[in-house]
Amino acid sequence: MIEFCGVSKTYPDGTHAVQDFSLSIPARQITVLVGSSGSGKTTLMRMINRMVEPTSGSIEIDGQDISKAEPVQLRRGIGYVMQNAGLLPHRKVIDNIATVPRLTGVPKSQARTRALELMDTVGLDRALAERYPSQLSGGQQQRVGVARGLAVDPNILLMDEPFSAVDPIVRDELQQEVLRLQSELAKTIVFVSHDIDEAFLLGDQVIVLAQGGEIVQQGTPEEILANPASDFVATFIGADRGKRRLSVSQTQARGDDRVLVDAGGYPVGVIAAPEGRLAVSSASPKSRSVSNKTDQAGDA
Amino acid sequence: MNLFAEAFRWIVDPSHWTGGPDISGHLLEHLSVSAYCVVIAVAIALPIGVMIGHTGKGRGAAILISNVARALPTLGLLSILILLFGIGLLPITIVLVILAIPPMLAGAYAGVESVDKQTVDAARALGMSELQIIFRVEIPLAAPLLIGGLRACALQVIATLGIASAFAFGGLGIYLINGLATADYTQLLAGAILITVLALIVDGALAVVQRFVVPRGVALGRTDPNGHQKRARAPRPRVLQEGMQS
Repeated sequence: MIEFCGVSKTYPDGTHAVQDFSLSIPARQITVLVGSSGSGKTTLMRMINRMVEPTSGSIEIDGQDISKAEPVQLRRGIGYVMQNAGLLPHRKVIDNIATVPRLTGVPKSQARTRALELMDTVGLDRALAERYPSQLSGGQQQRVGVARGLAVDPNILLMDEPFSAVDPIVRDELQQEVLRLQSELAKTIVFVSHDIDEAFLLGDQVIVLAQGGEIVQQGTPEEILANPASDFVATFIGADRGKRRLSVSQTQARGDDRVLVDAGGYPVGVIAAPEGRLAVSSASPKSRSVSNKTDQAGDA
Repeated sequence: MNLFAEAFRWIVDPSHWTGGPDISGHLLEHLSVSAYCVVIAVAIALPIGVMIGHTGKGRGAAILISNVARALPTLGLLSILILLFGIGLLPITIVLVILAIPPMLAGAYAGVESVDKQTVDAARALGMSELQIIFRVEIPLAAPLLIGGLRACALQVIATLGIASAFAFGGLGIYLINGLATADYTQLLAGAILITVLALIVDGALAVVQRFVVPRGVALGRTDPNGHQKRARAPRPRVLQEGMQS
């Protein structure tokens, strides 16, 4: 569990990146910090591994105040996945993954064996081990980034907009990969995103941030969708534009399925109607992707 | 053209290669004193340049000092130092080291600064200490520019050492001075050719090293889709100008 207690960050030039922020991030779940630029989401995340020092307030991991921990040691124990992967261009894939174990003194052969296993875990062909990052596609690089983040088997994994620079199809794949990994590994994941659809897809808990790290709403995706706390949230999640308000279209779909459209008439998906009845009340949590523009017909 | 032919004939004349202070002796002397000055300059400038590049602090001061050092009239400074310390290797060394520091310094900080900030940030976030970041990330990635600085530095020293002979120092510059003094233009030109060739050979050798130190992963990133390596030209030692523009 990660606790933020009254954390503020003011930069020397007087900008308040974050003001009096308090939040508790539950263990073994995905918490997504979502907001537009200037919401301080990345700043908040980078405070967890002391890449940013708060001006005031404290952060505790499992009850331990991290300001008392040595930053280098602290960082080695926390997985970090960043935008554009941030791989070391002069090191092979396998050595990139093994970077942190090597820093902590794990023998080279052992670190490399573990790196190969991690390549399996994140769905990378072992044949890529001896390649350099520049020889990989963006999606593959990002997988290497995730494998590297997992290399020391950390309890906490920080993910800073990791998929914002890859194309939508690859992003979709990687998001599913994160969900699969999380179901296997159950890490405490803090995920930063500016994409509300991504937040709703991945988050067990979603924190919607406004300027200066102000929490405007916090809850499960369902809670936020059902009751946007303010106009700001409604705008942010697209509810005001009718993007989230779906209705059954008159268009005849295959069998008894029905096509769903949003308030703008944009077809967003198909709802399955087993035995001729619409299964509205028993929608499984993942059926929320029905409202996701990127998942089109056939997913619900 | 005739003069050139004569100069080459002079250079290959066996009598200038044997006995007493011959060409090979002066060549060796020129090379060893140059190397000695370059080593001292690198020992001073490299750590300072790397630290400036790493921390981003002191860049302004470094540029200022470099520009002042470049503006110093070499011959004038040499004269003053010889008046102070007497004729010998010490004044020559001081002058050449002062001259050699700016290009090395510029190469070092420009090189380290050129390393992608995101890569450095990632290395730090993974838990590398600052020293580990410098030695395992910044220096390997900056290596081509560091060697570029070394190239400029070596070229400067080899060329300038020629004029040091005006003050009773051997080296290849002796032919310039003797040639000038006795109006023996063949010898003068031969000396100039020898210094030029030496400078070109050293520069060429370092250019090869420079290409060699490009990290494989970085070099591969420059290949085109067909897998052919683009002939990535080793960056010329243009660092001399770089500091001035900033």
